Amino acid sequence: MKIFNRLHVSLPTGRHAVIAIPFLWLLLFFLLPFVLVLKISFAELQIAIPPYTALLEWSGEQLRIVLNIGNYILLGEDSIYLLAYLGSLKIALISTLLCLLIGYPMAYAIANSSPSTRLMWLLLMMMPTWTALLIRAYAWMGILGNTGLLNQFLLWLGVIKQPLKILNTNAAVYIGVVYTYLPFMVLPLYANLIKHDNSLIEAAQDLGARRFTSFWRITFPLSKGGIIAGCMLVFIPVVGEFVIPELLGGPETLMIGKVLWQEFFNNRDWPVASALAVVMLLILLVPILLFNRIQAKELEK
Amino acid sequence: MVRFSFSRLMLYLGMIFIYAPMVVLVVYSFNASRLVTVWGGWSTRWYSSLLHNKQLMTAVFRSLEIATYTALAATALGTLAALVLTRFTRFRGRTLFGGMVTAPLVMPEVITGLSLLLLFVAMAQLIGWPLERGVTTIWIAHTTFSTAYVAIIVSSRLREIDQSIEEAAMDLGARPWKIFFLITVPMIAPALVAGAMMAFALSLDDLVIASFVSGPGASTLPMEIFSAVRLGVKPDINAVASLILLAVSLVTLLLWFILRRQEKKRRF
Repeated sequence: MKIFNRLHVSLPTGRHAVIAIPFLWLLLFFLLPFVLVLKISFAELQIAIPPYTALLEWSGEQLRIVLNIGNYILLGEDSIYLLAYLGSLKIALISTLLCLLIGYPMAYAIANSSPSTRLMWLLLMMMPTWTALLIRAYAWMGILGNTGLLNQFLLWLGVIKQPLKILNTNAAVYIGVVYTYLPFMVLPLYANLIKHDNSLIEAAQDLGARRFTSFWRITFPLSKGGIIAGCMLVFIPVVGEFVIPELLGGPETLMIGKVLWQEFFNNRDWPVASALAVVMLLILLVPILLFNRIQAKELEK
Repeated sequence: MVRFSFSRLMLYLGMIFIYAPMVVLVVYSFNASRLVTVWGGWSTRWYSSLLHNKQLMTAVFRSLEIATYTALAATALGTLAALVLTRFTRFRGRTLFGGMVTAPLVMPEVITGLSLLLLFVAMAQLIGWPLERGVTTIWIAHTTFSTAYVAIIVSSRLREIDQSIEEAAMDLGARPWKIFFLITVPMIAPALVAGAMMAFALSLDDLVIASFVSGPGASTLPMEIFSAVRLGVKPDINAVASLILLAVSLVTLLLWFILRRQEKKRRF
């Protein structure tokens, strides 16, 4: 009887523990850190360890809260920050569209290939995502450089007389971003397209619709969820991308991830870096919430 | 029936686009010349010089160590999170929980890295831990974002499996933890392996987050590679990158064999 009672008590606690362990981990190491970023974005730079002032101060009997909005004013005043945000958004938007244009036909072809080759295509698509982004961006450095393989090839063909300057320009950043993020577009699109019911297409074709019409009126609208998921998986991380603009971009490449990195590692200005992160999060809040909603729907299916 | 179509053509071109740079990288890692863009004949000298590069080898082992811990912890945490997402549909804070599981998938790395560093600094001030940033802090950071990937992989498997077996065991009086380890775990084992591999690869690949949360003298392999290539292409880095590509391709090939066999079994 005693054992029975103990069991009864331990059942709900077991359930609670299963919820509590990942919940507390994520609260502590994912959510709480954002609160700290917000806090330190209101602090001032100070030469000390850690290099920022405290917000809460005891002065005599009173608790004083010092909020310094200077960092945010700086972000508005110095045009380099605004240009970096706009530059990031522009690069992210254009490369997301490019990924969609290239990735959609690829995902469509994989979903329509025979089951035996489908697995091979999928693994070929996934394999680059298991390889470091750093290495994939680095691979392009040797190809796009002034004496790189692409220029040598074009010179040899006689298409150009002078080597093209591609590395350290925005063109190289676009190539690098599309290259590294293409699988993140293709995989969710494939996951969506493979679930489609083929009988709809057959019905449309029986009724005399042409292949393109049945694709455009049936397949494409049905794949909306996959398109949004893929676009978010590309767009959001690219806005904060650091490695690709650093390795492939040049002085004209202004991206916010790179600026944040420089504020933090070169200028050691943690408060300004935090303010940059807060504004970036605010910009990305709507896309992130959209992504979470789609993912939650996917999980409930 | 193979017929020409636009999408097929795009698939072939896309695959060439993805794999050509990697092939070029591997070919040039066998270049004898120190000038990386001039072909000087075949040689394996950059591979043998790697073994003598003590700093790089230390970083390799440090990265492998962190990746192993990350794979273990993220698989455990991610599986718990997946169980919560698929089996406990009603509890307070579920929306918040779901958001915290999926948001790390898209969160820009600079934000995650900066925020975790600020947490570690604040913790060191408050409770005196962690005094030194290094393997432990990188491990915690990697576990946190890898958990999201494991949770997504495992929860999709959890939704596929037949729950009636678990229910039967419950009716026969098995305790929940016993059902989980004797019935659920064997059924979701492939997803657990896939999740662990994913976490291992993510940890091994990460540069940005590790750079933020690491301390002096604790650099990982990507950090070493990054500081070497910032200023240009280096022949010995070509060799390291090729070895990483080789390892990933071998794992992919192995996976292909296993999955193909499974699929054939399913068809008969």
